[in-house]
Amino acid sequence: MISLGHYLVVSGMLFALGLAGVIARRNILIVYMCLEMMLSAANLALAGFSRFHLVNGLPDYAAQSLVFFTITVAAAEVAVGLAIIVALFRSKQSVDAGVVTKLQG
Amino acid sequence: MPPLLFYLLALTTLGFGLLVVTGRNPVTCALSLAASFTGLAALFLSLDAYFIGIIQILVYAGAVMVLFLFIIMLLDIKAEEGKQRSLVPVVSGILVAVLLAAQVSAVVSSTGIASKNAQNTPLALSDAAGKLGKAALPTITKDLKEGTLPDAKLIGFTLFDRYGFHLQVVGLLLLVGTVGVVVLSKREKGGAP
Repeated sequence: MISLGHYLVVSGMLFALGLAGVIARRNILIVYMCLEMMLSAANLALAGFSRFHLVNGLPDYAAQSLVFFTITVAAAEVAVGLAIIVALFRSKQSVDAGVVTKLQG
Repeated sequence: MPPLLFYLLALTTLGFGLLVVTGRNPVTCALSLAASFTGLAALFLSLDAYFIGIIQILVYAGAVMVLFLFIIMLLDIKAEEGKQRSLVPVVSGILVAVLLAAQVSAVVSSTGIASKNAQNTPLALSDAAGKLGKAALPTITKDLKEGTLPDAKLIGFTLFDRYGFHLQVVGLLLLVGTVGVVVLSKREKGGAP
């Protein structure tokens, strides 16, 4: 029988994959995709907790509202982030994380 | 939900996720991410979160991934050709990920809450119809008595009843984001200031 633990482990593994990508990859766009993956992993954990924390016999809809807000914020964040990446590409002609060194001490 | 289906969906989600992290061509990564999000949406559906699952497909696998692909093709980003990756970030990334996954598994296996499943915590739909309180709208109680979960209606009620202010703040955030994107992507006239 599939329990909450299964969903939480899948969520944790997806988050870990995204984290590995954020640390290891150099391409800013792919780093960004991995960030989205981490957000989705958190959403999966929230949805799992929502299903298995019953309020009067129904799933806890406070958690699903939080998922809704997370998805909205993530969509706004993607739009702004990609605009920043485009602006960066215009000035540097590259999307490699190594070429952005303006704030380096 | 049959365990086999769960493992298949989890494998889809994690497998395509791995492809995102390891893929060399950005287009491959973006398409794998779309597939991974679709698997994740199916997992949401298996958790009785139908509305969230549909939103996941519409917003993530639809809008966000199209935006990513659009940017990749607009900027014409090629695969990282032959550039050898430095070993330190790769090793540390894998190490941190493995540590985190092990930690999550350890925590999950040591708590009792993780053993909750659909059999010992079933939804009580017809019972819930009498205990809705403020949410006892005719359409919701009717659905519950018929034994279907009015998922979107209940989320809508929760959003507009309990989180009305937050919803407006998020609307403002989207507006600010839209204006910000337009300002950011506007080309400066007459060269650099």
